[in-house]
Amino acid sequence: MKKMATGNQAVAFAVKESDVEVIAAYPITPQTEVVETIASFVETKKMDASYIRVESEHSAMAACIGATASGARSFTATSSHGLLYMHEMIHWAAGARLPIVMANVNRAVGPAWNIWAEHTDSLSQRDTGWMQFYAATVQEVYDTVIMSYKLAEKVNLPAMVCLDGFILSHAIQPLEITPPGDFLPPINLPHALDTKNPMSYGNLTAANDYFKFRHGMHMAMQQANKEARTIENEFAQRFDRKYGPVMEYRTDDADTAIVGMGTMAREAEMAVDLLRKEGIKAGSIRIRQFRPFPKLNLENKKVIVFDRDYSFGAGGILAQEIRFHNDVPVYNVIAGLGGQDVSFNMIADLVRRAKAEGEFWLGVD
Amino acid sequence: MLEIRIHSRGGQGGVTASKLLAQAAFLEGKYGTAFPLYGAERRGAPVTSFTRISDQDIKVYSQVYNPDIVVVLDDSIMDLVDVTEGLKENGLLLVNTQHEEKLKDPRYKKFRIARVNVTDIALSLGLVLSGNPILNTPILGALAKLGVVKLDSAEKAIKDMFDDERNVKAAREAYAKVIV
Repeated sequence: MKKMATGNQAVAFAVKESDVEVIAAYPITPQTEVVETIASFVETKKMDASYIRVESEHSAMAACIGATASGARSFTATSSHGLLYMHEMIHWAAGARLPIVMANVNRAVGPAWNIWAEHTDSLSQRDTGWMQFYAATVQEVYDTVIMSYKLAEKVNLPAMVCLDGFILSHAIQPLEITPPGDFLPPINLPHALDTKNPMSYGNLTAANDYFKFRHGMHMAMQQANKEARTIENEFAQRFDRKYGPVMEYRTDDADTAIVGMGTMAREAEMAVDLLRKEGIKAGSIRIRQFRPFPKLNLENKKVIVFDRDYSFGAGGILAQEIRFHNDVPVYNVIAGLGGQDVSFNMIADLVRRAKAEGEFWLGVD
Repeated sequence: MLEIRIHSRGGQGGVTASKLLAQAAFLEGKYGTAFPLYGAERRGAPVTSFTRISDQDIKVYSQVYNPDIVVVLDDSIMDLVDVTEGLKENGLLLVNTQHEEKLKDPRYKKFRIARVNVTDIALSLGLVLSGNPILNTPILGALAKLGVVKLDSAEKAIKDMFDDERNVKAAREAYAKVIV
């Protein structure tokens, strides 16, 4: 069935079609229409699930941890300050190897008070052990939630599906609601709590074993990088929609690579078309999978990274990752913070003026 | 690609109008997208929303700066801002108003102008929500008359979103009453 839906609704439809059993959510600001839509599914019996209304995001994640530890498929959604409020539990979910899926509507963090799109909220959760995906269309939001459950339950790590606040969360686009069927088999957590065979997890652990747990998570991330490709291929075969860790556009003969994430990176494809008409051999690389970080082909290319985020004292977070994983000079544009509107004309202009290396804050520099 | 900007006040349904329009285009097999420009939401505050319609996949997410069509649901906004800012030459300005003189401003000379009184249409049908006449469904009828979408698909989009038959009636009435 194809219909028009917002990014928020796409998340809710995907959660419904993934047969999620437990949803825990804090319903007040900065919550979104995601959990409101799911609540109405549960209330009207369109979805058979337990919906736990909690008193904070910290408790929402704690409830998901409890639910999934008992072997149930769980979900929560949040945004900006809500995500940061659950930070402790985000670490815990990953450390306990629980395949929870969470949607994060990317919004700026205060002060100054700002409710609009930015990636700093989720990128500041980079080192928690969660996989992270950034979608750029309503359809991709839906598909990524479904694929994330399959991937998370394969490697026993939680996954965060991120979508740009307002620009994608509140925009309507066509959406094909494809039931996953046996593409997504029921969850089968190997270490689920079992009342018939009661055991305790979470006791004090000395360095030796703690080290092994941490290394195990690192290995699981590497495994996820392989499993994600298999899952994307199976998804493409079944549903005819192909995704990868990065979405490349006109990169084959490109000598200039525009790299970014989310909607701004998809609009960059329009900038590529514009620049190509002027004889600039530009291509676009949109990073979908931020954790585990994918391999990029940036050889012999001028690399311009657009960051809708920053790390004070170090520049754009995406640019840092690219510098770390690839031995290439990077020109880093910080753009779109706090919902700044960045059009393809502006992107093209920034690419025309880009130096081989350096940093540029759009609207400030 | 057709780009439409809608000016309204919070509670009048401008955001829903932009979505209904995209939905109607979608029903005709086109690509449609719609999104609001969110500020500090409150009833009565000016709100801007956008719709894009194209035969091809739409990759643009940034705001509409040079619309082909501007729709004004509340003519008092015309006293505050130039609603035609960026409107393409010979672009269409559709205003919900009962004051013809509002459209006589020399600024509007280079545009095609259409007007309709959807407030009266809504009130006469009793289409009122929380004290506000519902303007989004009748304005879709006016846009259909102006050829933006077909009346058929406008009606279907409305039926998909609202159960109340009076919404379709309102759209038909606006379709008949729009003055170009």
